Amino acid sequence: MRSLTHLERLEAESIHIFREVVAEAENPVMLYSVGKDSSVMLHLARKAFYPAPPPFPMLHVASGWDFGDLLAHRDRTVREYGLKLIIAENEDAEAQGINPFDTGSALYSQAQLTDPLKRALTAHGFDAAFGGGRRDEEKARAKERIFSFRNAAHRWDPKNQRPELWNLYNAKKAKGESIRVFPISNWTELDIWQYIALENIDIVPLYFSKPRPTVERDGMILVVDDERFRLEEGEEPVTRSVRFRTLGCYPLTGATESDATEMNHIIQEMLLATGSERQGRAIDKGQSASMEDKKQEGYF
Amino acid sequence: MDTPSSFQTDSLIAEDIDAYLDQHQHKSLLRFITCGSVDDGKSTLIGRLLYDSKMIFEDQLAALESDSKRHGTQGEEIDFALLVDGLAAEREQGITIDVAYRFFTTEKRKFIVADTPGHEQYTRNMVTGASTADLAVILIDARKGVLQQTRRHSYLVHLLGIRHVVLAVNKMDLVGYDQSTFEHIVADYRTFAKSIGIADFTAIPISGFKGDNITTAPSANTPWYDGPALIEHLETVEVDAAAAQEQPFRMPVQWVNRPNLDFRGFAGQIASGTVRPGDAVRIVPSGKTSTVKTIVAVPSGGFAGKTDGFDAELDEAVAGQSVTLTLADEVDCSRGDLIAAAGDPPQASDQFRATLVWMDEEALKPGRGYWLKLGTQMVTATIQPPEYEIDVNSLEHLAAKTLGLNGIGVAEFATDRAIAFEPYAVNRQLGGFILIDKFTNATIAAGMIEFSLRRADNVHWQPTAITRDDHAGMKNQTPRVLWFTGLSGSGKSTIANEVEKQLFLMNRHTFLLDGDNVRHGLNRDLGFTEADRIENIRRVGEVSKLMADAGLIVLTAFISPFRAERRMVRDMLPDGEFIEIFVDTPLEVAEGRDVKGLYKKAREGKLKNFTGIDSPYEAPENPEIRVNTVDMTPEEAARYIIQQILPLK
Repeated sequence: MRSLTHLERLEAESIHIFREVVAEAENPVMLYSVGKDSSVMLHLARKAFYPAPPPFPMLHVASGWDFGDLLAHRDRTVREYGLKLIIAENEDAEAQGINPFDTGSALYSQAQLTDPLKRALTAHGFDAAFGGGRRDEEKARAKERIFSFRNAAHRWDPKNQRPELWNLYNAKKAKGESIRVFPISNWTELDIWQYIALENIDIVPLYFSKPRPTVERDGMILVVDDERFRLEEGEEPVTRSVRFRTLGCYPLTGATESDATEMNHIIQEMLLATGSERQGRAIDKGQSASMEDKKQEGYF
Repeated sequence: MDTPSSFQTDSLIAEDIDAYLDQHQHKSLLRFITCGSVDDGKSTLIGRLLYDSKMIFEDQLAALESDSKRHGTQGEEIDFALLVDGLAAEREQGITIDVAYRFFTTEKRKFIVADTPGHEQYTRNMVTGASTADLAVILIDARKGVLQQTRRHSYLVHLLGIRHVVLAVNKMDLVGYDQSTFEHIVADYRTFAKSIGIADFTAIPISGFKGDNITTAPSANTPWYDGPALIEHLETVEVDAAAAQEQPFRMPVQWVNRPNLDFRGFAGQIASGTVRPGDAVRIVPSGKTSTVKTIVAVPSGGFAGKTDGFDAELDEAVAGQSVTLTLADEVDCSRGDLIAAAGDPPQASDQFRATLVWMDEEALKPGRGYWLKLGTQMVTATIQPPEYEIDVNSLEHLAAKTLGLNGIGVAEFATDRAIAFEPYAVNRQLGGFILIDKFTNATIAAGMIEFSLRRADNVHWQPTAITRDDHAGMKNQTPRVLWFTGLSGSGKSTIANEVEKQLFLMNRHTFLLDGDNVRHGLNRDLGFTEADRIENIRRVGEVSKLMADAGLIVLTAFISPFRAERRMVRDMLPDGEFIEIFVDTPLEVAEGRDVKGLYKKAREGKLKNFTGIDSPYEAPENPEIRVNTVDMTPEEAARYIIQQILPLK
C-alpha cells in the first residue's frame, strides 16, 4: 500500500478536472497569463493528455503593459511545446487614452483585461475556459465552485451556483452560456511553489531576484521595464535586487527586494513573508469586497 | 496561549529550508468539514486554525482588525469569524451562507476545511461539503449541549459516509471549563450517536476563542482532560483514501486518448484498488476482457529539460491517481465505461434503490426523465415516488409523494441503460451520483446508491433476425413519429386524423394513437395528476417506439403539456425520426370551441389539473412543424404537415 502525498492528490484532482472538461465541453480554451499558476496549469494539462498535446489553445490577455521577460517566456513556451496561442488585447487603448499611469485602476482593468477577455471568449465561441484561480487567494474565491457558470454576458451569480459533490462536475449548459473552470482551486501558494520546484517547471525569470532599474512610489517598488515608463518629477531609476511574487502590468505590480535567486530561497521568503501575495497588486485595493464585484463583471 | 508545537515553525524555515521543504513534500492531505451553527463559534474556530497555523498575513490581519471594530461581535478583540465569512452580503448579516473551502498546513499534514452553515434550509450546502470530507468536526456550544441541529448534522455526516467524527465541545471558557458539563454532553451525544449508527467519535473540550486544546492538550484550564488536542487528532487520524486501495481495481474511463494510430489510451482517475501491467481487466458494462499493457503517466519532473525522452510508464498505480491505461487487445471502450479487475467486476444494473437529497426549488417529479451522472456515466433516470421521506430533525420516516428543497428520501430508480456502480457504503465515488434537470441544466439532487434491484444482465436484449431497417424497407418508407401537441380542443386529433387519411391514400403504413382512446385501455389505470400525466406519455412513447421499430409512421395526439416528457420521447428514437408538431391554438380559441365541454367544467372547478386552466402548458420552443389553426382549416394544416415531412423514404 502506498499513500499519496498531498501534492500527488492535488495533481490527480487537477488532471481529472482537465479531462472532464475536454470530454464534455465543445470548445475549451486555457487562460494563460504566463505567471506561476498558469505555468503549473500548463504542466498539469500536458500531463493530463500525454502523449497527446493539450487539446485546446492558450489565450493570453495582453494589457500592452506586460513585462518584456514575460512575453519572451510566453513565446518561447508556445514554440517549444507546440501550443496554439491566441492573444486578446484592447487595440484601441491608445486612442481611448487608457494607460496605467492616468487611468483609474477600475476602468483600467475593465478596459485592458476584462473586456478584451470577454470579447475573445465570445468571438472564438469558447464554451469553457480554464483559469488559474485558487481558493486561498482571496475571500471571494474561497466560495467559488471549480466549475463556475457565466451567462451569455459572462456574468457570475454567486447566489446561484451549482452544488459540487464528490468529484462529479455538471458541465451542462445552454447555448451562449460558458463555464470558467479552475483546476487548481484547492492548491495554495506554497503548493504551487513546491510543485514548481519538485517538477522542475520553467517559470518567468522575473520570479527570481536580479538587479533591476526601479523607482519607489506609493510604498511600492516598481520596475522600469521599458522606455514607456513615465517618471515623475525628481524620480531617478535606482538599481535594486528585486523579484516578483505575482505578475501583472509592470507599472502596477510591486516588486520585493530580495537576494533569492534559487527556488528554495524563493519559497523560504514566501513562507517568512508577512504580506499576502496580492498585496503587490494595485488592482485589488479599494473596498475589501472588490474582487467579488469584479468577478461578477466577468473578471477571472 | 500555548506555543503551537505542531504548526510549522519559523525556525526550521529560516534555518534549513531544504529540510522544511522535504518534510512538506511528504505530507498527506486530510479533508474535513466543520458543522455547527452561527452561534457555536464555528467560523471563530476556523479563523483560529488559520491564525495559529500562520495562514494569515499581516495585510490580511490589518484588514481583519479594522473589520473587527466595524462588524465584529467581540468588542475590541479580533473577531476570527470575519476571516472566513467571505461574500459581502454575508458580512453584513454576520452569517455564513454557502460552502467555503479553507486551507492550512501543519508539519504533518495539509488540511482542506469545508466550512458549511448550520441553518436547516442549507442541508444542501452541508451535504456538498461532506461529500469530499474524510472527517467531520461537530461543534457544540458547551452552554447548550446536544441540540436538534447537532442531531441533524450528525445524521447528514453519517448519511454521507464520513467515518471519523470529532465532537468539539466549544466555548468551554464560558462554562468555567467544567469537567462534568463536558462529560454530561459527551454521554448525551453517545446515546444519540449509537442510535443512528455512528460507532465511534472523539470528544474534545475546546475554546476556539481562547485557544484551549486546539494545538496542545491539556490546556492549563482543563487539567482533567487526557485526550489529544484538536490539531493533534486531525494530524494522526487515518485518511480514507488509503483504504480504497485495498478494494478491487476500478477506473471510470474519462477520455480516450488517441494522438496517432499507434496509441490508444484510456484516461481516468482510479476509484479503487491498484493496477499493474499484465493485470486482467474487464470492461463494464460490455463485459469484454483484456489485459493492461502499460500504465502511462508522466513521472515527477518528467518534462524537465523539455525533452520527451523520458520513461512515462509506471509499474503500478493506486486509487486516487490519474493515469492512462493501454490494453493488449482492441476492445470497445469509451467514456462512461469502467475498467475493472476481470475476476471481480462491479455490478451493472438499470434499476436500483438510492437515498436522495433534493437540492432544487422545483420538487422531484416522479416519472420525469433526469440526467444522472455517476462517475463518467451520463444516463437518463426516472424515479418512482419516494418510499418515504426522512425528517432530519426527528429522523422519522414520513410518507411522501415527492421531495422538495432539502428533502431527503429513499426511492427506486430506473435508468435508460445499465450503469456500473458499487453501493455507496462500499465506495463513495462509485455509489454517489448527481441528478441534472434537462431544461435548466441545474444540479438538482445528490444520490447515494443502496443496492441494485435486479441484475440487468438477467434481462437480455433479444437480438432479432429481422431488423428495424428490414421492417421499414419492406414498407418502402422511413419510420416517423409525428407527435402532435397542443391544448385540449386545439385540433390535434382532427388534424392527425386528416394527416393519416392523406398518408393512407399515398400507400403509407401508418397508425394513429389518440389520447382519449389510449386512456380506455393501455393507460386506464392513470389519472390526471402530474405524475400520472408523465407516466401516460412515457408509455405512449414506448409504444410509439415499438411501432416505429416495426417500420410504421406513427401519429400521436396528446396534450403532452411538459417539455421534459416530449424530450424524453424524442430521446428514445433515432435522430430525425421524432417530429414535434405544435398545434398552436390560443387558449381563448380552444376554450371557445370547447367541443367536449371540459373547459366549462374546469372553470367551474369540477375538473382539476386541467391544462391551460389550473395546470401549465409548456409550449414547444423549437418544434419541427407549427400549425396555426386560426388561419388554416384542418385539411390545409394536414397538407402543410405532409409537405414538411416528405420524402418519406
